[in-house]
Amino acid sequence: MGAIFRREVQSYFISPIGYIFLAAFYAFSAFFFATSSLAQGSTKMNTMFSQLMIILVVLIPILTMRTMSEDKKSKTDQCLLTAPVSLGGIVAGKFLAALLVYTCAVAITVVYAVILSAYAEMDWLVIIGNIVGLELFGASFIAVGIFCSSLTENQVVAAVISFISILALNMLSLIGNLVPWNWLETVCTKLSFYERYSGFTYGLFDLSNVLFFISAIVVFLFLTVRVLEKRRWS
Amino acid sequence: MIEVQNLSKHYGDKAAVNNISFTANDGEILGFLGPNGAGKSTTMNMLTGYISSTSGKALINGIDILEDPIKAKKNIGYLPELPPLYMDMTVKEYLNFIYDLKKCKLPRVSHLKDICGLVKIDHVYNRVIRNLSKGYRQRVGVAQALVGNPPVLILDEPTVGLDPKQIIEIRTLIKKLGKNHTVILSSHILSEVQAVCDKIIVINEGRIVADDTETNLSDKLIGSHILTAKIEGEYESVAKKVLAIEGVEVCRQVNENEGVIEYRIETEEGRDIRRELFNAMAENGTPILELRSAELSLEDIFLRLTIGEAPAAINGGEE
Repeated sequence: MGAIFRREVQSYFISPIGYIFLAAFYAFSAFFFATSSLAQGSTKMNTMFSQLMIILVVLIPILTMRTMSEDKKSKTDQCLLTAPVSLGGIVAGKFLAALLVYTCAVAITVVYAVILSAYAEMDWLVIIGNIVGLELFGASFIAVGIFCSSLTENQVVAAVISFISILALNMLSLIGNLVPWNWLETVCTKLSFYERYSGFTYGLFDLSNVLFFISAIVVFLFLTVRVLEKRRWS
Repeated sequence: MIEVQNLSKHYGDKAAVNNISFTANDGEILGFLGPNGAGKSTTMNMLTGYISSTSGKALINGIDILEDPIKAKKNIGYLPELPPLYMDMTVKEYLNFIYDLKKCKLPRVSHLKDICGLVKIDHVYNRVIRNLSKGYRQRVGVAQALVGNPPVLILDEPTVGLDPKQIIEIRTLIKKLGKNHTVILSSHILSEVQAVCDKIIVINEGRIVADDTETNLSDKLIGSHILTAKIEGEYESVAKKVLAIEGVEVCRQVNENEGVIEYRIETEEGRDIRRELFNAMAENGTPILELRSAELSLEDIFLRLTIGEAPAAINGGEE
């Protein structure tokens, strides 16, 4: 797992993907920060955090599109799958590498908070809650993206599937509003990633939301392992 | 040591590999020979745990690859058909990655240096794999299989894409490795298997059609002894004399060139008529210009086994 993690991190920064991801994230977050906090003269950062969510829908698929599909296409999966490593180790190594790059991106929000603290007293607990929420929210999307990437050997297809899936998972509550059955609406709202993340941006640190994202990560990584397993048995 | 018992792989209704069994002992080089699509790569992928078998067992040093994959995989060095190289890494980074991936315990720097020396990639050690030629990529692939010094080496068409000099080098290397490793190599180049392997398995359409050493294969297939002779003189008189020799079953003309006729003479098994033939021809005044036994080359054996009938013309093995 360690070897795969190191190689993946390295490959993010050999190829332009890592840089593009970080640059785009920094640029958009800076824009949202400037318009919603600095220009408004507010120490509240929740607007920025909720706006970042939209950016992640586009950026996370770019980060994860090649994780599994590239290996399959270039046959390097033969080297991973015939090495003495478990499938879980392979998937976990790739997930943690993407998570590290993502964490580098999220870390910029700490800088913004420090800038704001120079002007006025900060509500640090809310800020920390927001950062943790953003980290978990993105991590669960990374898991979804890795799963989508394992389904195909074409990076573009992987990116498109991830984009659609992530968007759909966010919009579940909107979809739920359209269905005529109450129980289905409740289920959709409960499963909507957007609803779960919104809690954090309001400054609510709800343990059930934390557990929801962690469960989502585990489920999608587990599904990825199953996809790899199934490919061996097909 | 590798033991394969009734291994099968089905894709839907199609059997890619059908009930094959064989054993490769320590210090043995086993050649896997078959046309494209015969099931060589599928078998190797099953042995290395890349894909699972539909039924049957594959034991690597006594460990079942499906029951304890991680332990079994530690014993295997695998070079797939297409070397699994990360194009964006340098040879150095890549081999270090493989070293970590295999959780190798040998001293890192000296071990990797030894391997690079063996496959002669020292001078491209710091270059990015993408920029290497096919031959070098193939060698990096071989190097990758050797990392960790695994007791079992499985090489899928190891000499593909190499130039003749490199082919000889890699063959010499494989022979050398075969002394203290179990090596399985696949090829559709018959001379390669002939040159390197102790034991040959011929596979076609997912089935083993022959499992033996090379000489045994020839003996089995030829059945009766066959001679090729170039004799000067009239066909009728020569043929009459030849057929008069005891044990000769067939004598027919293969070729004619300026009064010299090439004959193919088949005798019953285990009978050597060369001396009698010489005397008969000497008496007849029709000199023998050339005489040799027409052993089947592996090409012929291969065609016979896989197509199921004798090739149109059988040439001498020593040409």
